[in-house]
Formats: sequence, C-alpha cells, structure tokens
Amino acid sequence: MTNPNNATITLVHRIRFVDGHGLTIPTFRLLKDDGHLYADAIAPELDKEQALAMYHSMVATRLLDERMLAAQRQGRISFYLQSLGEEAQAVASAAALAPEDMILAQYREQGALLHRGFTLAQFMSQLFSNEDDLGKGRQMPVHYGCRELNFMTISSPLATQIPQATGVAYGQRLAGESAITLCYFGEGAASEGDFHAGLNMAAVLKTPVIFFCRNNGYAISTPASEQFVGDGIASRAVGYGIRTLRVDGADTLAVFEATRQARQLMLDDPQPMLIEAMSYRLGAHSSSDDPSGYRSQAEEERWRKRDPIGRYRLWLQHQGWLNEDDDRRHRDELRRQILEAMKQAEQRAKPALESLVEDVYAAVPRHLERQLAGLKHPSSGRQGEDA
Amino acid sequence: MKQMNLLQAVNQALTLAMERDASVLCFGEDVGHFGGVFRATSGLQDKYGEDRCFNTPLTEQGIVGFANGLAAKGLKPVAEIQFADYIFPAFDQLVNETAKFRYRSGNQFNVGGLVVRTPYGGGIAGGHYHSQSPEAYFVHTPGLRVVVPRGPVQAKGLLLAAIACPDPVIFFEPKRLYRAAVAEVDEGYYQLPLDRAEVVREGSDITLLAWGAQMDYLLKAADLADNAGISCEVIDLQSLLPWDEDTVVESVLKTGRLLISHEAPLTGGFGAEIAATVQERCFLYLESPIARVCGLDTPFPLALEKRYMPDQHRIFDAINATMNF
Repeated sequence: MTNPNNATITLVHRIRFVDGHGLTIPTFRLLKDDGHLYADAIAPELDKEQALAMYHSMVATRLLDERMLAAQRQGRISFYLQSLGEEAQAVASAAALAPEDMILAQYREQGALLHRGFTLAQFMSQLFSNEDDLGKGRQMPVHYGCRELNFMTISSPLATQIPQATGVAYGQRLAGESAITLCYFGEGAASEGDFHAGLNMAAVLKTPVIFFCRNNGYAISTPASEQFVGDGIASRAVGYGIRTLRVDGADTLAVFEATRQARQLMLDDPQPMLIEAMSYRLGAHSSSDDPSGYRSQAEEERWRKRDPIGRYRLWLQHQGWLNEDDDRRHRDELRRQILEAMKQAEQRAKPALESLVEDVYAAVPRHLERQLAGLKHPSSGRQGEDA
Repeated sequence: MKQMNLLQAVNQALTLAMERDASVLCFGEDVGHFGGVFRATSGLQDKYGEDRCFNTPLTEQGIVGFANGLAAKGLKPVAEIQFADYIFPAFDQLVNETAKFRYRSGNQFNVGGLVVRTPYGGGIAGGHYHSQSPEAYFVHTPGLRVVVPRGPVQAKGLLLAAIACPDPVIFFEPKRLYRAAVAEVDEGYYQLPLDRAEVVREGSDITLLAWGAQMDYLLKAADLADNAGISCEVIDLQSLLPWDEDTVVESVLKTGRLLISHEAPLTGGFGAEIAATVQERCFLYLESPIARVCGLDTPFPLALEKRYMPDQHRIFDAINATMNF
C-alpha cells in the first residue's frame, strides 16, 4: 500500500511507537590507531604524491593555527579559529573533490582551502585585513573566500550556507556540469532552520550536494548532548530521504574514501548525500573561548591521544612514504614560511577609504558617493554633501 | 499595446525574461503547475519545464538561501515569497547574506540577478498576516534594492529591469491592485530605470510622494485638491533603495511643500527618512512642515481596515492642513 508520496505503508493493529534505537548508524573507519588497516578494510586508491599532499596540508594547517593563535594572544590579530583535531576531515574531504567542485564552508575548514592552493600570503592578507585581502578587509579573521579556488566566502551567521549550497548544486545540475557542491557545517548548525530547509530542498530537488557535518562534540560551550537527541545528525538526513554515511572524522583514509564515493554516486545520479564525520574539537571554539570552563582536562587528553595527524603519519610510515627526518625538515621550513608571510602581511597597507562604499552594489550609487565625499571633507557640513 | 492588469503584466514580464535568458528560474510555494497563489507564474512551467519553474517546500529561509546559492552560481532566480508577511523567516538570508555577498567577498561573489517577488499591502480584508508593508526593514539594508510598482506598465518594466540588474532586488507587488489596476501595456520587452522616481503629475503648490498601491490614493487626493484649487505635483518613488533624492528635492524646491504617504506604520517608516533628507536639503525653501500620512503603529487590523488605510480623504485633509499652516 502506498500513500500519495509513494512511501510504503505497513499496517499494524497494536500501538508501536518508533524511536531511534532501531536506527543506529554505524561509523566507517579504515585505519586503526596504530596506523594499520583493519583486516577487512580496503585502502583507497592513493598514490604517494596525493597521500603526502594531504599530510602536508594537515600539518600546514596545524602549524598555521598554532602560529596565528599565538599572534592573536600577542594582540596582532583580533580573533582566530583553530581546527586542532579536525584537520583530517577538512583536508581529506577536500582532497576527494575535483577543483571545479564548489565548496561552501563554515569557519573551521582552513585545511580544505589550504589544500586547494590558497597561499600563506593569501591567508595572512585576510587575517591582517590588508589591501591584498580578497575580501578587502571587511570581515573578521578566518572568513576566507576565493573565487578562483571555487571556495565561497564564509559568512558568520550559522548554517546560512546550507540552503545556499543546495542552490549552487541545482545550478550545477542545470548547467550540465560534472561538478558537485560540498557544504561544511558543525553539529550545532544542524539545529538551525536553514539546515532543515536546505536538506529538504536538496532531497526534493535532487541536487548534487554533499552535506558534510563535522560532529566535533561542542558548539562553543554546548556539548552535543545538549544539542540534539537521537542518533546524531546522520539520522536526520535519513528522515529527509537523503543517503547518509557516518565516518570517523579522525581517519584520513576513511574521510577521503567516503567523500570520493559520495561524489561519484551523485555524478552518476544527481542527489544529495550527508556525511557525518565524528571527531572532537580539541581546541577552543575560538580565541574568545576558554574550554576549561565546561570540560575536563582528562576528556581533552583522551582525545589528544587520538590525534588524526598522528594516526595518518603512522600509515604513511608503514607505507614507506615518510621518514622522521624529512618530516621534521618540512615542518621547520613551513614554520619559517608562515612567519615570513605573517611579517610581510603585517606591513601591508590597509584597504583604501574608497573601498568603504564599493561592492555594496555593482556600481557605487549616488547616495553612497555623497556620503563618501562627506567623509573625505568633513568640513563641508552635512554627511551627504557633494564634494 | 494590450490592456492588462498588474498580475498579467508580471506574468508577461516573467515569460519574456525566461524566453530571453535560459538562466532565469521561477520558484516558490505553489508557483509550479498551479501558477502561484495569485497566478503570477501561470503557464511558465508548461512553457519552460519543471527544471526552470517549480514548487519548493514551504520554507522561506530555504527559498531565499537556495536563491542566494543559485545567483552566486550565476543564474537568475526569481523567487516568490507567497505574501510579504511571510518574508521574515528569510530575513537573515536577505539581510545578512543576499545584501552582503558582494561586499564581504570583495566582489569575488555576488548574487546580482536575484529577485524576490512578494505581494504586499492591505485593502484585501486580509488582517494582520496578509496585509503588511515591510519595506522599511529592507531599505535599512545596504546592498539590497527595493522596488515597488504602482501599475501594470511599471510592474512589467521594473520587473524586467530587476531581473537584468546586477544587484539583488526585493520586488514588492501591491496585491490590492493585482486585478484592480488595468492599463495599456507594451507587449514587447522593455525596462524602466530602477533609480528614478517618476513625476506622475506636475503641479505648483505641494509635492505628494508615495509608492506602490498608495499612489492610487495619492492621485485621488490630488483630484480632490484640484477641485479645491490646490495644484499638486505627484511623484511615484518606484525605487525605495537607492531612492531618487534629486527628483524629490527638485520638486520640493519648486512647490515648497511635501506630503509623504505610506501604508506601513508611521514610526520608523521610510517616510521618516525622506522627510529628514528633504528638510536637510530644502530647509530654507519649506513653507510648512513636511506632512506624513501613514498607517498607525499597530498591527494591520481586519475589521477596521478601512479606517486604518491612509486613504484619499486622510491625505486630502493633510493637504489642506499643510496649505493652511
């Protein structure tokens, strides 16, 4: 028997309430903590070059985060968001995409942007709001964006990118592109209306978008246990009729393979997918946050031992693709480059005053011209005076 | 030229836009086969297919978020919000996202080409959830354009201009006039400028200013005034953001008096902004205080709707008071 939505109806004659216990979704993992594959696991097809590129992006992300968090503490930038403990999910998922795939991110995916080729100078220009910032110094640090790299500029309000990703993907499908959209967000953002709106529209409109949820345990200070009830975010997607996979977010190989296969499936058959990556936000939410007020050192220590970079490094060593000397030399060189890029960016000028009224509209309208003139020549009297 | 009402003019504009440009898409609640609650999108799905004209789930934030994504991808979404009263769930997407896409990315990304069409205003016995005029919320937001047509000719030309515009536009359609306003409309493709007020009637004693459905009352009041020997210059603002200060200022410098009328509540209404600008630029030329005839600072009533509306009688009273200050 089917209802008008083509859903099969099963009739029962005794009350049986359905709850989440029957819906527990398993977690896909390939690598054991010792860097060896599970017995029945199949490693993704990765050559040495690709595998090391991912590793280097993760390491660079961590070193960049360390340096910039220190820079924030020194008062050199106003704010920073690190991705400590989550480097694998951003880098490995982005690595599974093609360059023409669009990424809409939240604010903890610097690894994805870095892996796509955003340079240290570009990161620093944004962080220091200098005249080279592609966003023209208008947003808080970490709100990156790069047209050339198909990485949509980040917005602060939570979850707004989710229905937008559905729209971007619909546009890709309509244009007949063999490209998809990947949309990152945290488990906290999944509480917003935009999450539900975006997923439902994607399911109904069959858009090729991967909703990539970083379930990292905390939305600022609110633990996941106070954020949702039931089997994580994955089960919500199932309810919308969206194919879903839960993956170990600290397993680089598993995240890569999950994203690669999801992408392949939706290229052949346009439809959305949700990947829930389980991990732990090892750092503070932002430089304005202090986790010691809401979680224990012991809890953090437990997760520190499950560092995603460490596990992946072991696998690379088992492959014979990485040795400790090279690794150390590479890190030292990266640290030097980061420091150099920071010094350069700090010295660059701020954006010109004119940029204040640019890009509000495609062309600067008359009233903004007047207001700029008033700003340049305050003695002329009123704010809206012609120059 | 063909006689048509405002709704038919909107439908023709959408048809022409979709015909000329395959990147124009129309979507929203019930807009597909059904043609929308007011039938503005009638026939579009038949002509252009379900990929380009379709129903969405009932989610205003979803519709505008989705439209933002589409427009950022370079398409031209024309999204319908069924009533302007229901635009508020999409407020964040419009104000924080649509309006700031270009600015925040340093013009790497923008949502030019995005149009949100939505029927607004009272006079249809709709009570407080089918009658609001929310334009003031949006004219406070740099990056948006806000446009309100007063009749079929303007609706068609302004909507086509909105779809072609490189900036996102919120297009408020006066639903009281959907079928009531009928005019001879050019059947071809034409645009009207989005940054110009129109002097609808020239006069010498007082400038009357409004937009959208309120123009109907303004013109009736101007007729009453004319019979009483008062010459009114009547201006339709058409574009509220950015608005055409110069045309308004020029008129007030000539007449020395200004009356602004809008249906939305008085406090914080767009009339306040206009009054402030005009007194700044025309102070020494003003012969009486700038008058505002607006809705009350209450939710839109149902039973007392006729009393609430700032109609031609209230406007005519205010004209007299201004003339005799």
